[in-house]
Amino acid sequence: MTVWKLRRQMSPIAWLSLALVLIALLLVAAVGPVAAGQTTLNGLVGAGYFALGAVGLTLVYGVLRLVNFAHGDMLTFGTYVALGVTALGVPFWWAAVVGMIATALLAILLDRVIWEPMRRARTSTLQLFLVATGLAMVLRYSVQFLAGSQVRTVGLDTTSSIDFGPWHLGTLQLVVMLVGLVTILLTGAGLRYTRLGKEMRAVADNIALAEVTGIDTGRTIQVTWLVAGGLAGLAGILYAAAIGTINPNFGFTILLSLFAAAVLGGIGNAYGALAGGVVIGLSQEWSTLFFNPRWKPAIGFAILILTLLLMPRGIFGRKKARP
Amino acid sequence: MSVDFWLGVGVTAGVYAIFVLGLQLNVGFTGLLNLGQAGFMGIGAYAMGMLVTDAGWSIFAAMPAAVLITVAAGLLVGLSSLRLRSDYFAIATIAFAEIVRYTFQNADFAGGNQGIIGYDQEWRDIAGWLLRQLIHTGLGGDTQLPLFIVVWLCFGLCLAGLRLLQASPWGRVLRAIREDEEAAAALGKNVLSYKLQSLAIAAALAAIAGFFLALNVTYLYPSEFDPTFTFLGYAILVLGGFARYSGVALGAVLFWSVVEGLRFLQLPLSAGQLGSLRFVLIGLILIVLSMLRPQGLLGRKAEMQLSR
Repeated sequence: MTVWKLRRQMSPIAWLSLALVLIALLLVAAVGPVAAGQTTLNGLVGAGYFALGAVGLTLVYGVLRLVNFAHGDMLTFGTYVALGVTALGVPFWWAAVVGMIATALLAILLDRVIWEPMRRARTSTLQLFLVATGLAMVLRYSVQFLAGSQVRTVGLDTTSSIDFGPWHLGTLQLVVMLVGLVTILLTGAGLRYTRLGKEMRAVADNIALAEVTGIDTGRTIQVTWLVAGGLAGLAGILYAAAIGTINPNFGFTILLSLFAAAVLGGIGNAYGALAGGVVIGLSQEWSTLFFNPRWKPAIGFAILILTLLLMPRGIFGRKKARP
Repeated sequence: MSVDFWLGVGVTAGVYAIFVLGLQLNVGFTGLLNLGQAGFMGIGAYAMGMLVTDAGWSIFAAMPAAVLITVAAGLLVGLSSLRLRSDYFAIATIAFAEIVRYTFQNADFAGGNQGIIGYDQEWRDIAGWLLRQLIHTGLGGDTQLPLFIVVWLCFGLCLAGLRLLQASPWGRVLRAIREDEEAAAALGKNVLSYKLQSLAIAAALAAIAGFFLALNVTYLYPSEFDPTFTFLGYAILVLGGFARYSGVALGAVLFWSVVEGLRFLQLPLSAGQLGSLRFVLIGLILIVLSMLRPQGLLGRKAEMQLSR
């Protein structure tokens, strides 16, 4: 059983890694090791926040069948809480922890007040979508009301950088990359090996079946929101630290890239979202080798549309994507 | 509280009312979650603007051509993504709208962030003539009046057309698809073709709304067609009610009266904060209405369904 499961889950990862390495080698051949290596490094910085943002999106989709348009604004919320706490004199990375916790708590609160009653009433897709849209507006514009719509700097040292031979990376970007990649691995391992992670995947996969096997779905859903919220907060903070400046719209603007990561990985599949985030991060940076960097976000949309058209089940998904 | 101010609000409400008629056709009567309406509006407005300024066409030739271009875009989007499940279709259409805005912002042909200007001379001549006639007959001389009249006249025509369509066998097939796609297919109806037609008509309505928006703002700029405007359209749709075309007019007028009327409350807030507060309010209306009265004010609850 486990071997069979391992094969089913691992082979796409192996397949994907192979494809990415192959593309990287092709890029080395095409543009030389310096440019290819540099964009790969930059891409791995983005991979962290895309993957962590997308995993919450995909888990929530699995639990609620909800395309959560408010998820991007959860990133914004966590980041602004963290910035607010730093304004009180708390060091940034401690404030980041506060921001994560606040976002996780907000997610649970919203589940209690909004999503749980809607789940019980078996509301339609349309109603869920409308409420998510309204929630996205309330979150985004509350942040804007309190913090103003202007662009804010994170207030960290963005000038120092580290050289690795011909490649260089900002110290902050390096921290973001490491925190992001370690959290991806931890999240993946937690989902795979812990009881809670298995329960979360089971509920996301098929809530009725999970209930039959004796999983306390109510509790698992709350944990799912906790994890989704916390990771969303962290993703926002990592994005802010890597880019250096943010405004209250940033969460909504990267939401489509998060959708792209989730759909690419097969929506509802947590590993898929993590892997999809890495692909989006890398391909956005690799694209700058050939296109003007201002088109960078459009690569996410292009991947999203191509995935929907060519393999709507995603790399890892096996759910029906067509009616 | 000048008349001119409220006429301006009325023009905006009229533009959105035409825009939302298309959403009503898609969401309320076909069960399609179209999130790309702002993209269609942008394509229509830009196509019209560019045909006039770059190609030197008359605005009256440019408008129908721009409608055709937008319909073609609608068919392209529909053909590629209508076979998907409804939530995937929603994501695909919002990605389309974002691509449209990105292209306007970054591609050289669309003028980038400088936008497009100078396509409305012919309209201003007509508006001036209309205004003189109105003053002559003593109906008032507010500069916004001609556009106000034309927008709402056009809304009335679109409304009448859609109602006729909806009462026809074609309209009944759409409702059948909304209720049960497989049953409609089993009756020999080509579901994809009907959905495409619904989307194409919605795209045409978005293009028309785009023309009036272009005439109202006098220059075209990428952020005027931000995909989030589709979400404002959904707020209007919920407010007015699902599956009733006349609800759209009520929703649009109510929505923009609340949004613009907020400034008369004399709140001790900056302009920026007031702007944010508006959208918090809209978001709350969306949440509360969707949870407590999902069919909207004039909507029909029995007809609220999305095809899966």
